[in-house]
Amino acid sequence: MAILETQELTYTYSIGSPFEKTAVDHVDLAINEGEMIGVMGHTGSGKSTLIQHFNGLLKPTSGRVLLDGRDIWADKKKIRDVRFQVGLVFQYPEYQIFEETVFRDIAFGPKNMGLDEAEIKRRVLETSNDIGLPEELMERSPFELSGGQKRRVAIAGVMAMEPKVLILDEPTAGLDPAGRDLILQHIKAYHKRTKNTILIVSHSMEDIASFADRILVMNKGRLFCFDETEKVFARAEEISQIGLDVPQITKVFMELKRRGINFGKEVYTVGYAKELLLKSLKERRKS
Amino acid sequence: MLRDITIGQFFPGNSIIHRLDPRFKIVITLLFIIMLFWGSSAVCLGIGAVYTFMAIALSRIPLKMFWKSVKPLLPFLMITAVINLLLVSSGEVLWRWKFIKITDEGLNISAFMIVRIVLLIMGSSILTYTTSPITLTDAIERLLSPLKKLHFPVHELAMMMSIALRFIPTLIEETDKIISAQKARGAEIDSGSLGKRARNLISILVPLFISSFRRADELATAMECRCYHGGEGRTRLRQLKSAPRDYIALFITILFLAAVIAASKLL
Repeated sequence: MAILETQELTYTYSIGSPFEKTAVDHVDLAINEGEMIGVMGHTGSGKSTLIQHFNGLLKPTSGRVLLDGRDIWADKKKIRDVRFQVGLVFQYPEYQIFEETVFRDIAFGPKNMGLDEAEIKRRVLETSNDIGLPEELMERSPFELSGGQKRRVAIAGVMAMEPKVLILDEPTAGLDPAGRDLILQHIKAYHKRTKNTILIVSHSMEDIASFADRILVMNKGRLFCFDETEKVFARAEEISQIGLDVPQITKVFMELKRRGINFGKEVYTVGYAKELLLKSLKERRKS
Repeated sequence: MLRDITIGQFFPGNSIIHRLDPRFKIVITLLFIIMLFWGSSAVCLGIGAVYTFMAIALSRIPLKMFWKSVKPLLPFLMITAVINLLLVSSGEVLWRWKFIKITDEGLNISAFMIVRIVLLIMGSSILTYTTSPITLTDAIERLLSPLKKLHFPVHELAMMMSIALRFIPTLIEETDKIISAQKARGAEIDSGSLGKRARNLISILVPLFISSFRRADELATAMECRCYHGGEGRTRLRQLKSAPRDYIALFITILFLAAVIAASKLL
């Protein structure tokens, strides 16, 4: 069953003023439990507005958001519970850090949930471990840490609420390649352990191709497509028409195909490309 | 919610008022304030009102916007009017109940005060509505430049003002973002008990302070990279130039002021 669903979701900013703008326009989608989803879209495509509906930070102008089949706005007073079940990590989340120690900052969310001390401690240590923060950092001031570490503290702060759905808006923006790979690895490990649903907004096609089961593409406030990774990258031309890119390796294989070397499959990760190439080389040697 | 703040809002346009030299606009606004406070007869205020509405019409900014700038101050106006009404005891008593009495003079003073302040807000809004903050601080710098002889840091003051104005929208946006991020972690900001809300305010203020300092630091570096060294010997991209229309506008304002002074002397 779908864990998160939208029906005819529409959101318009500043209604009635000259700046009125429909950022999300009649979006219908359903996300299944345990899925790892990549969200793509140009700047201003509505993807940030869309994800802020999933945890009730924004209220739809029209349409509904369903969590576990229930309208999240059915009871306004329960909207805080929705935020604990759907964790949202904003872009550059390290700017929201405010506590004196790393431990206390990660514990902010769980504390707001009203959990007891022992449970808070368990969650903080477990998520710090998931995200790769060693225990000796816990009593340090978060402001002394490196950029990448701060980012991981902020992500852990949301993970520690143990949300059923975790949404990360560009978790790797502004990091160096090593820091980027590290964060993605930890998120993947977290997904493997918890089997929770994860949505990641990213501009890097390579990143998305490496983790996503399905890809959601937004364009001008509308849902452009929402399909399995392979099928989405198969539409490379359409995707580049709306100003997005496909992974470099996909481009290489598209060019090969144009020149008559067809592997009959969409290639979007370097690992898979290597596998395919080695296999076909072996076959050629045999024949 | 934070987006609704309209302090110093500027409405770009190309009306005659928009095109006036900002230095003249500031001087004219000062004369306008003197005009409003000079006489206390209905004729004097009437002349001030005619002047205000004429300027509003010329600025081509909808009257609704001026109402918007008056509205938040209405409660204070009402309270001061009532206090005036009750405390002025001279003049003919119109109505009396126990120790409270209302006199015709009290009524007069309250009514004049309301009209005067509403006109004042509307009139001075024309200045901020039609002049971009940057040109406004430029003009202030020029008008205050004689004070430089007294070693008053005019340029620094103007620079601080323009930087402060420039960062208002940025900080509002930043605050909005931080509020959303903390709400996503379950912070109660617009609901919950007062104590909880106050504690949660810390989770917004600390990141906001840190990012303001970071921005200030970055801005200082960026300015130094461009060899900024204060006001001395600095030339400007946009020179303020006065045109005949500026002198005409000043002349009209002085005429109105003279009319008000004459009316208060004669009547």
